[in-house]
Amino acid sequence: MATLLEFRDVSKRYGNDTLALSHVSFSVNEGELVSIIGPSGAGKSTLLRCINRLIEATSGEVIFDKTNVQQLSKGKLRALRTKIGMIFQSYNLVDRLSVFENVLHGRLGYKPAFVGALGLYHESEKKQALEILKSLGLEDQVYKRCDQLSGGQKQRVGIARALVQEPRMLLADEPIASLDPSSSKTIMDHLRHISTSLGITVLVNLHQLDIALNYADRIIGVSQGKVVFDGLPSELTDETIRTIYGADSEELNLNIPESKEVARKI
Amino acid sequence: MKHDLLYRKKAQSLVILLILVVIAYLAMIITQFNIFQSLVSIPKAIVWSVTNFYPNASALTKIPDIWSRLQETLLISIAAASVASVFAFVFALFGSRVTEVNRILALISRFVANVFRNIDVSIWALVLLFSFGQSSLTGYFALFVASFGFLTRAFMETIDEVGADSVEALRATGASYASIVFQAVLPMSVPQLISWVLFMIETNIRSATLVGILTGSGIGFIFDLYYKGMDYHSASLVVLSIVLSILITEWISNYVRRAML
Repeated sequence: MATLLEFRDVSKRYGNDTLALSHVSFSVNEGELVSIIGPSGAGKSTLLRCINRLIEATSGEVIFDKTNVQQLSKGKLRALRTKIGMIFQSYNLVDRLSVFENVLHGRLGYKPAFVGALGLYHESEKKQALEILKSLGLEDQVYKRCDQLSGGQKQRVGIARALVQEPRMLLADEPIASLDPSSSKTIMDHLRHISTSLGITVLVNLHQLDIALNYADRIIGVSQGKVVFDGLPSELTDETIRTIYGADSEELNLNIPESKEVARKI
Repeated sequence: MKHDLLYRKKAQSLVILLILVVIAYLAMIITQFNIFQSLVSIPKAIVWSVTNFYPNASALTKIPDIWSRLQETLLISIAAASVASVFAFVFALFGSRVTEVNRILALISRFVANVFRNIDVSIWALVLLFSFGQSSLTGYFALFVASFGFLTRAFMETIDEVGADSVEALRATGASYASIVFQAVLPMSVPQLISWVLFMIETNIRSATLVGILTGSGIGFIFDLYYKGMDYHSASLVVLSIVLSILITEWISNYVRRAML
């Protein structure tokens, strides 16, 4: 399998002394679903945003599809971003617009400034958006305003907006942190399907260990800005879990064996 | 313990109240303001208003004059607020943390907005009087400049508050700056923006009276004219028309706000 994304010794410093990422190196293969786990504040969000340069890394190299992301000019960066879809914890939709308009926003990256500003889309793009919405079970919500949707529906709109970009990779930043268990399952099932059936690489930040174990092909454990684990879910030991979650792991410990068993059964 | 806390809070309030009273008393001594004298003169003022400050029959014949001046004032207020809002939106985009293009431009636009906002509309009227003379254009510019300063600040905060999340999402799709502004920032903030513009129109109509007195235009001018000509009956009619028009604009803008949300 070809490598799609590679981090080489990436660090990110905020101000003078806050090190959000410290010498992070790992790689992601094409079509994999990789979960980044770690406690809140470990640097998971920063890591994800360094890929599409919503946050600029301080040092190191991020290689996506053989190009060095850091060296891209403004125009090239826009072209790169069209190839990387992103979904967010708080959905980040334009609430006052319809579901349809929000999904079509995924096409803006392909358009010159004024065409995008006027919101002019091709017929084929609209068809594609409708098909994606249908595949996510949102065909009845197409013309609703986004502020009328439930959290789970909003997140599916977020996924649709990312998919309409025809991305090679999907970044999901805590996609289920504000959702109830059943919506969470729907969203994670969709992400799993996107990776398996559509062959899109998915990189997902999670703080729920059990869900990561259930869904991920590979797990990267992050703690205090460092990668402390990189391997298969089955290789994750209680001890590594303790290194990842630090002092918080005491509470987690109770259900880890359980969730691992669940993971094996699935 | 709890009683202790309550007692302390009460004592604190009492001390603050005492300090305020002392400050007020000192201010009265310094400015030689006599509170009893002013209280006593209130009935006199009321009597004067009732006997002189009401529209009579001859004042009613001036309605066409007043109406044309009022029209001028209303139109200038609306024009100043709405034109200023276009400029303010551009400056707010550059100044907002969410949509700033670069640091320097952001600092400049914040600085400009602050300068324009912190100078009162009456000062602007007087300053602009030198360049444009006594005309409604001066009044327009004074209101425009003051509206621009205020609206830039208000718009900036609206964009900061409302736009961050969706702007991030659209940046992640590779959308251009113009697309982000028109597809995310504008749709998200438009209700608040319109609400601010309506508020500005109301404020402008109020200040237009003062600006009119200073620049010799609009409703302020005609009030000044009647008042100085000791035609108090007509002057009272002007005041009445101002109050009425403010009430009507408030009613309209409330209606628009409700219809929008």
